[in-house]
Amino acid sequence: MPGSTPASAPPEALLPVAGADRRRPFRNPAAVAGLALTTVVVVVAVLAERIAPGSPFQTSPQDRFRSPSSGHPMGADQLGRDLFTGVVRGAHSSMRIVLGVVVISSAVGLLVGVVAGYRRGLVDDLAMRTIETLQSVPRFFLAVLVTGWFGTDASTLIVLLGLTSWPLLARVVRAETMSLRQREFMVAARAMGSTDRRILLRHVLPNVAPAALVVIALTGSRVVLLEAGLAYLGLSDPNVPSWGALINNAQPYLQEAWWMSVFPGGAIALSVYGMNLLSDGISRAFDPLAGSART
Amino acid sequence: MTRRSLVRRLLQVVPAVAGIFVLTFVLVHLAPNDPAEDLAGEGADQAQIDAARAYLGLDRPVIEQFGIYVGRLAHGDLGTSFVQRRPVREVIGDGLGPTLLLTGSALLLSTVAGLALGTLSARRPRGPLDTAISSVALFTYSLPGFWVAQVAILILAVKAGIFPAGAMTDARATYTGLDATRDVVRHLILPALVLALSETALLLRVTRAGLLREVGRDYVLTATAKGASRERVLRHHALPNALLPVVTIIGSRVGFLVSGAVLVESVFGWPGLGRLLVEAAHSGDHPVLLGMVLLVSLSVILATLATDLAYAWIDPRVRAA
Repeated sequence: MPGSTPASAPPEALLPVAGADRRRPFRNPAAVAGLALTTVVVVVAVLAERIAPGSPFQTSPQDRFRSPSSGHPMGADQLGRDLFTGVVRGAHSSMRIVLGVVVISSAVGLLVGVVAGYRRGLVDDLAMRTIETLQSVPRFFLAVLVTGWFGTDASTLIVLLGLTSWPLLARVVRAETMSLRQREFMVAARAMGSTDRRILLRHVLPNVAPAALVVIALTGSRVVLLEAGLAYLGLSDPNVPSWGALINNAQPYLQEAWWMSVFPGGAIALSVYGMNLLSDGISRAFDPLAGSART
Repeated sequence: MTRRSLVRRLLQVVPAVAGIFVLTFVLVHLAPNDPAEDLAGEGADQAQIDAARAYLGLDRPVIEQFGIYVGRLAHGDLGTSFVQRRPVREVIGDGLGPTLLLTGSALLLSTVAGLALGTLSARRPRGPLDTAISSVALFTYSLPGFWVAQVAILILAVKAGIFPAGAMTDARATYTGLDATRDVVRHLILPALVLALSETALLLRVTRAGLLREVGRDYVLTATAKGASRERVLRHHALPNALLPVVTIIGSRVGFLVSGAVLVESVFGWPGLGRLLVEAAHSGDHPVLLGMVLLVSLSVILATLATDLAYAWIDPRVRAA
């Protein structure tokens, strides 16, 4: 890879390159499990208001510290607020941010990666320097700074994370595009007089898709953790239900009411795990290296 | 690394640093508050605000302002904390030690554990042990650190009483000498373990993947043909080569470690940069927030540079390229 340094290897290192599997992702148990988990979380998020119609902030003095029971499947907190409602609505808030960030960062990452890898030269240099700069600013710090300066509005967070989460994707897509360039079908397409646009859309994009999906799923899982972390620190909109805020609220009552921490924590862990499994499964299914690793 | 590639690599730092200056400068300008009013303090009259504006150079053209901004940073002037009324440099300096201690310990722990578990995993790829380790690792990597910290405090500190539940030192006692060190170590173990958890998962994957890649090479076959045991082949032949990506990861992990430390420090009440950052965000202490982002970003750039140089030093192929 010209113009890159050893330390620019992290895409490869971050990606789960692991065991051997040449089957398609839908026959990979990890990918299927990950897809199933992620689907469940997304469905819960979409139907949140139907599943838990009440307000997550509705207090109820007689239910204070109610342990999990049929009326409150996940128990209630120190003010009698129902945790099931909080966790379900939290899924909605979390997935809304994930969706926004993934859409923005995928669009930017794919565009920059494909163009930089295909055009090379000055465009590529410019893209790489931008990527290096963005990758040296820890997103979490930037997010804390921006919420401290601009407030805790969810759309500010979505734009900020969307515009800073694309470098990894761009790197991976760029590397894939560069290696595609040398392939015969690309030469053939050019020889046939295909326009650049057509080549990029018809030949490059479909071929970088698996690698891109691996990174996109990974980005989603990191965003869930980021959002939860910010909310845990009290740096999210207090009027929006959030898993991180629930865990923060549970802190003083850990001994009396374990359910206040365990259910929202479990919800974060399962959503993140689902996306990580999905990412891992896709990369196993498409990784050409994995075949040779089977010894 | 040849002299030319070394110079080339060193020069790459310039655009990255410049990029960070531009990014933070733009953010400062987009922020809804007026730095001049902030500097003048509450109850300042218009003349004082104007003086502050002139001092900060905010009455000049934007390009000139950027020059002043970079000039001040180059002199190590990060401004004054609104809340603590002292230089940001000092405020950050206070938190630096504890954070370095915490992240350093976590980095050490996760590197040792990651290498050991990765080698163990690679001994029989897809065997029961490997499957178990890999599955557990992927799951640990998915756990939110602050939640793990909370649960760990509940089980290991509050219920079992093995570790102190928070802070860096025992406030009730005044230890000196060796006892003081022991006190800090006792407080350090739990947060360092929690912070190391997800890093270990990552490093073990990288180690395992690197080893499996090396195992397919001819020199491994040669060593095996000469009768070396699987254990010996892995540890003495493949591991040194598989270390390269691991070194790369360590450099790029600095930012993640410090970010993770923000949350873990908050849960444990560890008096480091993380807690400072959160306090600054809550109290709207803009100069401290900005100083922190600058410091961490520059550290990441330096760590990446150090990694690249170390990489070249370890691997003669890179040195020559």
